[in-house]
Amino acid sequence: MKIHKYDTVIVGAGGAGMRAAIESTKRSRTAVLTKLYPTRSHTGAAQGGMAAALANVEEDNWEWHTFDTIKGGDYLVDQDAAEILAKEAIDSVLDLEKMGLPFNRTPNGTIDQRRFGGHSRNHGEAPVRRSCYAADRTGHMILQTLYQNCVKEGVEFFNEFYVLDQLIADVDGVKTSVGVVAYELATGEIHVFQAKAVIYASGGCGKFFKVTSNAHTLTGDGQAAVYRRGLPLEDMEFFQFHPTGIWRMGILLTEGARGEGGILRNKDGERFMEKYAPVMKDLASRDVVSRSIYTEIREGRGCGPEGDHVYLDLTHLPPEQLDAKLPDITEFARTYLGIEPYTDPIPIQPTAHYAMGGIPTNVQGEVLTDNTTVVPGLYAAGEVACVSVHGANRLGTNSLLDINVFGRRAGIAAAEYSQKASYVELPEDPAQQVIDQVEHLRNSTGTERVAVIRRELQECMDANVMVFRTEQTIKTAVEKIAELRERYRNVSIQDKGRRFNTDLLEAIELGNLLDLAEVMAVSALARKESRGGHYREDYPNRDDVNFMRHTMAYREVGDDGTESIRLDYKPVVQTRYQPMERKY
Amino acid sequence: MATPVLDKAEAAGQPEPGFADSPYITVTFRIRRFNSEVSAEAVWEDFQMEIDPKERVLDGLHKIKWDLDGTLTFRRSCAHGICGSDAMRINGKNRLACKTLIKDLNPEKPITVEPIKGLTVLKDLVVDMDPFFQAYRDVMPFLITKDTNEPTRERLQTAEDRERFDDTTKCILCAACTSSCPVFWNDGQYFGPAAIVNAHRFIFDSRDEAGEQRLEILNDRDGVWRCRTTFNCTDACPRGIEVTKAIQEVKRALITRRF
Ligand SMILES: Cc1cc2nc3c(=O)[nH]c(=O)nc-3n(C[C@H](O)[C@H](O)[C@H](O)COP(=O)(O)OP(=O)(O)OC[C@H]3O[C@@H](n4cnc5c(N)ncnc54)[C@H](O)[C@@H]3O)c2cc1C
Ligand code: SF4
Ligand code: FES
Repeated sequence: MKIHKYDTVIVGAGGAGMRAAIESTKRSRTAVLTKLYPTRSHTGAAQGGMAAALANVEEDNWEWHTFDTIKGGDYLVDQDAAEILAKEAIDSVLDLEKMGLPFNRTPNGTIDQRRFGGHSRNHGEAPVRRSCYAADRTGHMILQTLYQNCVKEGVEFFNEFYVLDQLIADVDGVKTSVGVVAYELATGEIHVFQAKAVIYASGGCGKFFKVTSNAHTLTGDGQAAVYRRGLPLEDMEFFQFHPTGIWRMGILLTEGARGEGGILRNKDGERFMEKYAPVMKDLASRDVVSRSIYTEIREGRGCGPEGDHVYLDLTHLPPEQLDAKLPDITEFARTYLGIEPYTDPIPIQPTAHYAMGGIPTNVQGEVLTDNTTVVPGLYAAGEVACVSVHGANRLGTNSLLDINVFGRRAGIAAAEYSQKASYVELPEDPAQQVIDQVEHLRNSTGTERVAVIRRELQECMDANVMVFRTEQTIKTAVEKIAELRERYRNVSIQDKGRRFNTDLLEAIELGNLLDLAEVMAVSALARKESRGGHYREDYPNRDDVNFMRHTMAYREVGDDGTESIRLDYKPVVQTRYQPMERKY
Repeated sequence: MATPVLDKAEAAGQPEPGFADSPYITVTFRIRRFNSEVSAEAVWEDFQMEIDPKERVLDGLHKIKWDLDGTLTFRRSCAHGICGSDAMRINGKNRLACKTLIKDLNPEKPITVEPIKGLTVLKDLVVDMDPFFQAYRDVMPFLITKDTNEPTRERLQTAEDRERFDDTTKCILCAACTSSCPVFWNDGQYFGPAAIVNAHRFIFDSRDEAGEQRLEILNDRDGVWRCRTTFNCTDACPRGIEVTKAIQEVKRALITRRF
């Protein structure tokens, strides 16, 4: 075991982690721990763009953007946070341009913008061009640009270090962050990082679904680490299902395809979104479009022999436009489906995409231990966090924005905190929990297999807590997850070695997915209403009287060691927008 | 050599993407294995499985890891060709395992999978990427501008100027190009195509003002002049970047000092 000391430790080197690192490295001695090489992070998969009311191509302003974000989130958004997001969007895009990001340009040389779902002119009048983009590889450009600037600033990375535990101590009755424990992939060595401030930027947890746009490595490690140490997770029942994943594979085809004029069609060739969202049509918000697709499929208007998908039709768009604006996704269709998008429609289905919920923070990125109390020294930003700017449903292009705005804020706040704070003493055996976990898995002779449990989990989640949910399906999921968690205790691995033991890490990641899946299902069961990404067929309406509030889920351990989940609720911050019915 | 086999019944229950009407076929993966904790020698090992030909080589590797041999070690993340984790030598050519479909490989013969060449093998298909990233860092891969007075709006750039370096912005740092280059195999000091691609991305960016400096770095004895124009890199690039052309453009810029 090695012990390191840094002012600030950042967990994760995606967009949020690197944006934070650029700020914090300038102000404090910073280490970035990341399980992937930074440029392998899933921010690089983002395609469509980053929202900011630059008004480069048509009239726009940040107040309209704020409104769209709140409405898009079905009013579960904390409105003070949404306002910060929309206001700071403009500078955060300009910052990226100054760092070198190669945005697409307008004829007069400014940053070009395009339409995206849910973003509108003057509170819903018509779609507006707000998404700043670089072809359909905006996330790639953001990730590369931030990495380039980390190289420039001399940010210190610990690549292929897996953070597995968060250390928290009681300092005068206040839960305070002490540091993290990490596992080094190359050697199997355990490292303790004592730090005045820790920022989680470890991304999402979509891998508990089968059909998903998320990478294999998006297993919610950060959420699970703090949750196991008694901190709450907020709004975990809200998960976004993106309407256009490649059929059965889940690979994303950006909403930008519809922003460029792409149309969804059922087996009769009908543009069905006209029925469900007369104004925004194919560009209504994602939850609305995903439900519409499944309604078409359920009512027998799906395509293919099994009627289990619909089409994304780009054939009416000029090939030059596809080549210039959507080169990557058209290539995905060619590579993985053998389909030529110039001439043939692309089979799609909704795909599990984005976790709206996560580690609760305030607008400085400080992590909360209950509805109001912060954990000194602990921060979170990006998809791992819940500020909450996305509420019940995130608008497209608002996440690349979120990671930049709140990554930057967390980086500054954490570094400023670590400048004035002192180290909290490490507990006696800081790595004990991780050592126990690793040794248990390495020595286990159990009969259960990681891959089998993971498959069953993913199938259960797809079948029961995806786009449509009912009391019955969620209960089925809760029971199944409990069974899988029990079986997981009996899991064993084949690779017993120390070097590059990915067999071991997949087992640990599965443990995280199981914990988070349970939180999601239990939170969903209790929310007896439909809002944004959480749609209950047995409670099809939004219920502002009882459920205009955030879910806070806590892990409780009884005296006899039994685990359970306690749910509490937190009020939504409302400033100037009164909840209204959401129509597109 | 023992050949572990994954039978169809087991395979059928899997969540792997596939198509209802497409038949599974039997293929053999022949994988170059190395684990210093077990043996100092690398060996070939065969695995046989039923797989949908429309699946990726990465899906095949996962079938092995998840159902046959958990010790098989490789890097991967996104599974659709954008993160650059899984460059490997498949049937003797550098490719991304997640972008190579079984049907494009002649499943009649064993599919060989080896680590990329020229970088130290750490375990099975995992190589040491540090020298690769060091070469990248050496070309100053970040925008440099002299004016300290930051503009309050974005810098302007015409669409044509933006287009000038578009190709080289696509790089995902997968190392398929550099590790397919015979010059790099012979001399690990050579910067290699990927670093030059990333230097190109800035040299030809109208906003950048450090082109001369980068050119000087690449004028080094381990720089662009080592390139023998074998085009292996261009063939290997999963992003379709015209790597050799980019290197040629840098060479020309060095001669004419115009870029
Ligand atoms: C296909 C796709 C397309 C998208 N398109 C858009 C879009 O057009 N616009 C938009 O706004 N949003 C988009 N999104 C959403 C957006 O890209 C993500 O929400 C966002 O990039 C997440 O960034 P992040 O920095 O929080 O996490 P990530 O980029 O996922 O980074 C997570 C980091 O944490 C590290 N990590 C994880 N676990 C550990 C651990 N245990 N120890 C150490 N390190 C760890 C990883 O190594 C990685 O560096 C898209 C998402 C997907 C999947
Ligand atoms: S140029 Fe192509 S092959 Fe080389 S590292 Fe970049 S993406 Fe990979
Ligand atoms: S796994 Fe990301 S490029 Fe292949």
